[in-house]
Amino acid sequence: MPADVQIKCRNLWKVFGADPKGFLRRHNGAPTAEALADEGYIGAVQDVSFDVHQGEILIIMGLSGSGKSTLIRCITRLNDPTSGEMEYEGRDLLKLSEKELIDLRRHKFGMVFQNFGLLPHRDVLENVAFPLEVQGISKADRVERAKAMIDLVGLGGRESYFPRELSGGQQQRVGNARSLAVEPDIWFLDEPFSALDPLIRAEMQDEFIRLQSLLHKTIVFITHDFEEATKLADRIGIMKDGRMVQLATPEELVLNPADDYVAEFAKNAPRERIVSVGAIMQPATDSASGTVSSTAKIGSVAEQVLTSEHPVAVVDEASGNVVGSIDRHNVATSIFGTRAA
Amino acid sequence: MTEATAQTGETGGGFSLAAIPLWAQFAAIIIFGVLLSLVWDGATRWPEEWIVPAAPWITEFIEWLKSEATIFGVEFKDITRGIGAALKAPVKWAEYLLYRGFKGIGLGPLPWVAVAAGVVIFAHWVGGVRLAIFCALTMIYLATFNVWKDSMKTMTIVIVAVPMAALLGVVLGIWVTRSRTASRIFSPMFDLMQATPHMAYLAPVAALFAFGPVTALIATVIFAMPPMARCTILGLQTVSSDVLEAGQMSGCTKRQLLWKVALPSSKRTLMLGLNQVVMQTLAMVVIASIAGATGLGHKLLYSLQQLRLGVAIEQGIAISLIAIVLDRLTQAYAYKETDHFAAGKSFVQRHKHLLLFLVILVVSYIAAEFYRWVKIPPAKFVWGSGDAKTVLFDAKLLARHMDQAIRDFNVVAFDYINPIRDWVTIWILLPVRDFFLWLPWPVFVGVIGLAAWRLGGLPVLLLCLALMFSFIVTGFWVETMKTTYLVLIAAALCVMIGVPLGIWAARSERVANVIMPICDTLQTFPSFIYLIPAIMLFRIGDFANIFAILPYATVPAIRYTYLGLKRIPPVTVEAGIANGATRWQRLWKVELPVALPEIMLGLNQTIMMALAMTAITALIGSTDLGQEVVRSISTQNFGRGILAGFFIAALGIIADRLIVSWSAERKRQLGVA
Repeated sequence: MPADVQIKCRNLWKVFGADPKGFLRRHNGAPTAEALADEGYIGAVQDVSFDVHQGEILIIMGLSGSGKSTLIRCITRLNDPTSGEMEYEGRDLLKLSEKELIDLRRHKFGMVFQNFGLLPHRDVLENVAFPLEVQGISKADRVERAKAMIDLVGLGGRESYFPRELSGGQQQRVGNARSLAVEPDIWFLDEPFSALDPLIRAEMQDEFIRLQSLLHKTIVFITHDFEEATKLADRIGIMKDGRMVQLATPEELVLNPADDYVAEFAKNAPRERIVSVGAIMQPATDSASGTVSSTAKIGSVAEQVLTSEHPVAVVDEASGNVVGSIDRHNVATSIFGTRAA
Repeated sequence: MTEATAQTGETGGGFSLAAIPLWAQFAAIIIFGVLLSLVWDGATRWPEEWIVPAAPWITEFIEWLKSEATIFGVEFKDITRGIGAALKAPVKWAEYLLYRGFKGIGLGPLPWVAVAAGVVIFAHWVGGVRLAIFCALTMIYLATFNVWKDSMKTMTIVIVAVPMAALLGVVLGIWVTRSRTASRIFSPMFDLMQATPHMAYLAPVAALFAFGPVTALIATVIFAMPPMARCTILGLQTVSSDVLEAGQMSGCTKRQLLWKVALPSSKRTLMLGLNQVVMQTLAMVVIASIAGATGLGHKLLYSLQQLRLGVAIEQGIAISLIAIVLDRLTQAYAYKETDHFAAGKSFVQRHKHLLLFLVILVVSYIAAEFYRWVKIPPAKFVWGSGDAKTVLFDAKLLARHMDQAIRDFNVVAFDYINPIRDWVTIWILLPVRDFFLWLPWPVFVGVIGLAAWRLGGLPVLLLCLALMFSFIVTGFWVETMKTTYLVLIAAALCVMIGVPLGIWAARSERVANVIMPICDTLQTFPSFIYLIPAIMLFRIGDFANIFAILPYATVPAIRYTYLGLKRIPPVTVEAGIANGATRWQRLWKVELPVALPEIMLGLNQTIMMALAMTAITALIGSTDLGQEVVRSISTQNFGRGILAGFFIAALGIIADRLIVSWSAERKRQLGVA
């Protein structure tokens, strides 16, 4: 296990029904889909195991009802799992006392919600300062800190506005600022952009990338939008019916989908922005002219390769060695699929 | 579905109740009950020797409580005395503030100019110029029509009762949302309390506490508390999950989550609860005059009993105006939004309303030392001095003129009114009353019981049986039937008037814009004032009582019909149009059947309000359960009063269970639940 694992989840189950714990026990902790259906239980999260690494953006993706929201609520203990293990930096999350849990939320966790969850009776400044207020930080300190956060998300000058006086995008920024005010180690975002118009959504995604380039947080991000996931993620976990179907980099998902369900998502993905040259190159050839980096995305080298009469040499950045070649045919099929061939 | 069950019954070969048509079941019960009454007198009147003397028992029990009982070594009477003393203190301070003055330090009561200015300034702050003007006119009315001091007496109990009822309601509401046990105990209790008429609360409280303002205060607080509790529960349960989770993830403790997140987020709902508390308080305070509350209600009751109708009208208008002002002010406050414009303004700008009031307060206190009219409004308004005095306005004189005018009007009008009243009384009211008095109780019990069983199953059946037998075996059959007859006739009239009006309003936006505000206003008035026109036109008697019930209890019939029709999905109506239905067919075959469950809930409300109002008509004379309550307080025979109050509530519960069960089942069938 790599040392930089921040959150570790093993065999998480969240079952809804009359007696979830008893039900799991009767089925030795691993009921089948039939058993769930027969006894009227709902397996919102089923046997999910994964790690979140320090500094990565892990995106959990799935359609509504796939259990992704329940999963993030299990990790944050908003909704306790029925069984399984969870660790945060080596501490057992499920054995925390009430006080320790509150402490963790006050200092380590930050969370953004789909409908932002702003407090309607507080203005922007008071909303952002709220997590600091409940910790008992002095008014002067929390106002200063909140103001800095409001500036960071670009809402300077609107400190005294109330949530209902703000647009959806602005409310989203307030939610971001509030969750960042305590300088959390790990940032949870639960469909943060789903309630926004498509144009604003794109703007907020860029804003998110900007913030992350400044802050370098560990991020667990929930979305139902595969394109959003591929745009932002280091790794993507795809959920279906409570199970984690595949957890991999966007490139791997596109190139080696674990099953038809993943393939269906990957089909419409912008491959030119996801797949790198190294993944589709052929053995090196002498006829090559010009060079491209093996880690470059296809889209960024497409013009160079497509306009070249000859294959182009692929170079490993680190060593400077030629490791393969790539030609028009490779690029065309990898972007448009074999249909174009 | 009925057919299917019937068939199973036949093929099963055995006896099945469902195989008998419903009408036949009812007919069998009725015939059986009537036949029984022919052979056994006990079916007409519960045999004297079987009557459970519950009333004397309760009276004796209360005597024992007040004289001998001890709880944990403390004498019970000391407990009630202690509570009474504790509550007397805030009432006293409110009295000092509003009309007595602080004699000890030589400071007078709030000058009326300051109170009036305070109300108007507050109105401007929460609701703008229009509300401020309305409040100003109301204040002028109260001052010029000689009702200022009585208004302040009424407000004394209001300003003490409202915070207490609100606080109690919030605390109980929070408790219900936090504890399953509390929820199981209190939720049904709040439902019952809201269906229980004012009068039912008076006798038990009056039994334990001495006649006086404290008794009125306690009854008022108990009566006004449930809406606050229910709004608190509703508010807390409807806080969006995102907001709650955001609070949790911000690291709130449970207490912080409640006080900093959940309660403030439900401010709007809580404020609407407060509005209801204020309105209920006012409604109860004026009725509580029979238990010792002084003020407008007391004076109005006195005027009515003496048939001084001119004064009664002046007092009734005062109560109505106060009700509207309190309603509009609390509503405006509930909907008042804070915005960011306040930031960056100076202290004076932000608090100009408060500062203005403080200035007026100080100035008027000083001025009151020199000019008496600043302190208390003058009895009559006079211009000039000495021989050149001209009386500009004298409310007493006006009242006397009104009295005369009403007398003159009645002399003429009675020629027309009396025949109508007598005809209706002789040909409709008395026959219906005699029918209910003749009705053998097994028929009543059987019909209601069968309906309860069919509609709500065993639990509702058992509840209804228990409630019905409670008034049968204690010897209250006659009084209960008198109340039942009045309520049913009044409710029938309300439906006949209200449903067509509701349909009309649903059909035409213009009509709705007229009718709905009138409904709002009618519901704002304390029920007590509806006695005035009834007495004015018809003196006392069942006809007058029913007339007093109508304006009050018709409102829900109108409103639920209107809402029921408005809430029908447009597709349903369009389907009717597409199928070629005429307007009438659409109404009868599509809209009314779909809206019927909602309309029935309106009927339920109408019955509840008719019941409450029937009890109140006891204040001007009636012979039913309400009268038992009123009489018990003056004769100290509390057993009968407490039981009568309970039976009024019991009738309400029976009607409520039956109608709500029916409506829920029907909604389920229609798929609109």
